[in-house]
Amino acid sequence: MLLGKVVGRLWTTVKNPALEGKRLLIVEPLTPELEPAGKPLVCADCTGAGAGELVFYTRGREASYAFLPQQVPADNTIVGIVDELHVKRNK
Amino acid sequence: MLIGRVIGEVVSTQKHSAYESLKILLVQPLNLDGSNRGAAVIAVDAVNAGIGDRVLVTTDGYAAFTSVKLPASPIDMAVVGIVDQVELSVGLDFALAPAPPPDKSAGRN
Repeated sequence: MLLGKVVGRLWTTVKNPALEGKRLLIVEPLTPELEPAGKPLVCADCTGAGAGELVFYTRGREASYAFLPQQVPADNTIVGIVDELHVKRNK
Repeated sequence: MLIGRVIGEVVSTQKHSAYESLKILLVQPLNLDGSNRGAAVIAVDAVNAGIGDRVLVTTDGYAAFTSVKLPASPIDMAVVGIVDQVELSVGLDFALAPAPPPDKSAGRN
């Protein structure tokens, strides 16, 4: 999983029927210091995350398992909203 | 699998039900010389690792969710080992730095 921040939403009208009712959010990957860590991407959401929230998302086939037993063609899914981060790095 | 260092913990209330009662760790992947390898990742903990530990992280979903005995759950990375020692052959003379001593002030804020 990776840390990210919700920076937008996306709507589609024509889509795979399994994606009906799934929220699609634009997520910017972040480092633990909350610096950008790559290009923004589109994630499905199973948590109800909203704009500006710090989240973590899972990638790959496991992303679609968040919606089981429904089979959803998602390759990135937000699986948690971050309340707190405890970071301790040795500089 | 990757070698990494546990650099933090994630606290989350609103999350997929598979993550309930799991410890969620922030892990910085490391190169063999001990330098950072890309951005830190989030992995569930299958071995009771803590901040500062040098760990083995699997990046395969099947390996990750079976390591925490949650088949077909949306988990794509897990900490599956705590590294005691890494031995390298010649040519790679600068091995991973030893784990730092535990810092009593670490963590909570």
